[in-house]
This record gives sequence, C-alpha cells and structure tokens, in this order.
Amino acid sequence: MTAERRLLALGAVLVLAAVLYLAWNLRAPYGYILSLRAQRLAALMMVGAASGAATMVFQTLVRNRLLTPGIVGFDALFIFLQTLLVLLLGGVGFALLPPGGLFLLEAICLMAAALALFGWLLRKGAEDLIRLVLTGVVLGVLLRGLSGFGQRLLDPSEYAVLQQVSIASFGNVDSGALAISAVALMLALAAAMAMAPALDVAAFGRSSARSLGLAYDRTVLGGLAVVSALVAVSTALVGPVIFLGLLAASLAHATIPSWRHALRIPAGAMLGAVILVLGQFVFERVLALQSALSVVIEFAGGLVFLALVLQRRAQ
Amino acid sequence: MIEIDGLSCERGGAVVLDDVSLCLPRGGLTAIIGPNGAGKSTLLHAIAGLIEPGRGQIRVEGTNIHRAPERERALLLSLLTQSPGAVPRLSVRELVAFGRWPHHRGRPGADDRAVVEAAMARFDLHTLADRPVEALSGGQRQRAFVAMAFAQTTPWMLLDEPLAALDPKYTRDIMERLRDLPKDGPSVVLVLHDLSVAAQYADHCVCLKDGRLVASGPWRQTITSGVLSDLYETPIRITEIEGRPVVLTT
Repeated sequence: MTAERRLLALGAVLVLAAVLYLAWNLRAPYGYILSLRAQRLAALMMVGAASGAATMVFQTLVRNRLLTPGIVGFDALFIFLQTLLVLLLGGVGFALLPPGGLFLLEAICLMAAALALFGWLLRKGAEDLIRLVLTGVVLGVLLRGLSGFGQRLLDPSEYAVLQQVSIASFGNVDSGALAISAVALMLALAAAMAMAPALDVAAFGRSSARSLGLAYDRTVLGGLAVVSALVAVSTALVGPVIFLGLLAASLAHATIPSWRHALRIPAGAMLGAVILVLGQFVFERVLALQSALSVVIEFAGGLVFLALVLQRRAQ
Repeated sequence: MIEIDGLSCERGGAVVLDDVSLCLPRGGLTAIIGPNGAGKSTLLHAIAGLIEPGRGQIRVEGTNIHRAPERERALLLSLLTQSPGAVPRLSVRELVAFGRWPHHRGRPGADDRAVVEAAMARFDLHTLADRPVEALSGGQRQRAFVAMAFAQTTPWMLLDEPLAALDPKYTRDIMERLRDLPKDGPSVVLVLHDLSVAAQYADHCVCLKDGRLVASGPWRQTITSGVLSDLYETPIRITEIEGRPVVLTT
C-alpha cells in the first residue's frame, strides 16, 4: 500500500475512533451528553494532533528520532508558570482566574520563552542544535528545581490546586480555551504544511541543505516557532504530556513509509489524535476507569523511548 | 572562473587558512591536495559559501559568494560533503531529484524530471533507481550522491573527499565518470587524499600545507617531485606512464 493510501486509511481510523467515542452507549439526554463528549473529543484530537505534528517537525530539525519538544523543557516551564501563579495569586485567586484568560497567558508565555531561547541560541551558532537541546535540558532541570522550591512554600490547599492542574487532564477543558486553541492549532498546522518541502531539504542537514539553496537558519527558526506554537497550545490546554509526541511519531515512522513531510506531518498529527481518542474511549467506556489517561500514555511512551534507545544501541 | 583573494579563515582561534589567493580555471578536474590539517575541506566549504572568511573574498563567475543569497549560490555551485546526510526511505531517483531543488523549490516540472533521468543515465543508476539509498553499497551510494550534485546543473561541482573508503574499482568508476563529463558540463573541484588518484586524473592541482598555498596550477607544474616532497615532508618520486604522472613514495 502506498504512503498516500495509508494516510487515507489512517484518516478513516481517526473518523471511526471519533464516531465510536461519541456514539458508544449513548443515552438520553442525547444533546447534552453529545455536547459534553464532543467537547472532550475536540480536546483529545487537538492535543494529539498538536503533539504528533510538533514532534515530527522537531525531530527533523534536530535530526534525531529520539527527541521530543518536551526535552527542551516545555513541561518544566508550564509547571513553573503554574507554581508562580499559585504563589502570587494564592490558591483561591488562581482558581478564580477566567480559564480562557489563563490559557492565553500560559500559551503566550510558553511561546515567548521558547522563541527567546531558540532565537538566542540560534544567533550564537545556528549549526549547533545539540547545544540548543542540551540548554533546554539544563533549563528544564533549573525550572523543575525552582518549581519544587516554590511548591514547598505553598500551604496544603494551594498545593492541591496546583497538583490538579499540573497533571494532564482531558476532563475539565474550558470551551473558551478550546476555541482559541482550535484557531491557533489550525494556523500552526497550516504553517507546518507550508514548510513541508523545505523540511524535506532540511532533513539532509545544514551543509547539504544550504548547498541545495535552502535558507536553513530561517527554516529552522520558522520550524521551531511552529513547534513552540503547537506545544504551547497542547500544554496550556490540558497540561504536559511528554511522551505522547514520541509515541505518535514512532508509530507514524512505522506506518507511513515516506520521507515527505507533506505526508509525515499529517500522519503524526492523526496518530496522536487516534492514540488519545482510542485510549480515552477504552479507559472511559470499556474499562470504566477514572484514572488519568496521560499516566498510561507516559508509561507506553517511556517504553517506546527505551525500545528506540536499545534498538539504536543494537544497530 | 573562481577567484580567491587573500582568504583567511579561523576555527576555534586557530588559523586554518592563511592569506590564500588563487584562480581556478573553468573546465576539467581540479584536485585540492595536501597533508592532514592543511585546510583542504575548509577551502572547499569556503568556496561553497558555507564558511564565512575572516578576511578576503571569493568570487565565483564574478559573484561574491558570501554576499549571494542561498539560492543564487546553489545555482552556481553544487557541493557533496564528506558525510552527506542520508534521509531514511529515500530512493536513489528521489535522492538525485533533490539536486533540482534550487531550480523548482518543491514544485518539479517536466524539465526537472528530464534532467534527473539524464543524470541517472550518466551515472548508470537506472537499475538502482527504486532502491533505498541506505541499502546501497558505499560505492553505489557515493555515485548516487555525485549524480545528485550533477543534477543541480551548476557551472561548478565541489566534492569533499568523494573517494573516502572506496575500493579501487569504485574509485576508478567515479573518477572516470567525472573525467568524462561533457565539455559544457560542470567544472569539478575535489578534495583528494590519494595522491596517485590526483596524479592520474587531475587537470589542475591546488597544494595546501598548514593553511597556506604551496602551489597551484596545471598538473605538469604541481605534480612534481619537488612540490610534493615539500608538501608531504617525505621523498616522493614521479614517473610517467602513458602521459600521466605516477607517484612513488620512496
């Protein structure tokens, strides 16, 4: 089967998963239950698509299939921001913030921080993406340390509020935040698709890509901006899900045998969405479990990460 | 013509190229030779516009290569680096087609496809066309990458050690294909480690040592016992067989 046909099949699986999630065991009042389910489905699909697409683009830019945007410290920055807000506003003040406003603030802070970091590092030496990644890892450790320190200053009720928002949750997504996220996600995905031919060339590495006439540094910066936007949307919407992108990207590499980003980006996005929708469906409807899906995804993603590391060592 | 005027480059505080000035004429094969650390690859990458010089300038067909936009550079020079990035799942035909990217920027036309087929034929790649690049042997792989550079249809082709780790059969195969490029095709500049290959195939030679230019010119003036013995600090004799020099280290 060609890569294009496989992508179409993947689209069909996603539609099927969405219908299953919406319609399984549907009871009256239909309208109310459907609207609740549709809202949660939209959050699942958006977070999955954003994580999958962001990881596909990021892996091309750093030329490494083991890395995810989470490695440059997005999750740590998100938890640091939440801790800072709870510290400054108190548990009650934080809980009273309008969800749409909080989402916008977090998304903008995450994007601004990521672009400031990438922009600064790229000006220092565009060819040194490994330095960028390592700086992200170090900054992540620093931010986690600062968050840990901040959390020790909170009283137990404030800490409980913080814990609730620091673990990825698809259950309590604000509808205002969903609409803003949908617009931001569509724009970021459109930008990623417009960059697809340039990303095909960027995959050759800096010297080869530049000798093929690609404005490599501009492409990398643009790509990182798109990744920042996608991860910021996903993280600010439901919280950090570090290994979902890796899981989606690894499955996309395995199922869509193509080097073309015009196929790989949608494949990563659709697989991310399929994983979340099917995972949540099995959790909620089949197993009737209330546990956080993100915990299972992090576990599975972690196993995939280890498998990839071991596979690479074996090679 | 490539004109290099007072070129100096530094890396990590160390001088890699020191006041190099020379002209590379159009046509034929120009080999850049010299001992390890002489600055051969740095010179090639500087010509390609990928390394910013500390001083001096390089003009390719009259264009200051470091002031030219990426695309204009890619229409003047193609470059094959020492370890070109291998994109997984790319077939040989798709790899060669990437050589046309500076021309079509992601929207290939019929002309581009015709050039790709011609490059495939010239480098005898049609039987390998649908094979993934990562499944090729070292020699076949290198041939495919050279074909990609050829498909870029630039006046100049720069190859950084294209024969590294190739056995004599593939070395001969690639060098003969480069030597037999059409007269109106690209002029080839390549970094070579193997003196006997340079002696056998090069029309011109650029000899570098410790970042300085030792000699530059047609092979009869540069592939000489005196120049090479001085360059490598070891006695080297030259003899001729069928009109070409043969290098003997004694």
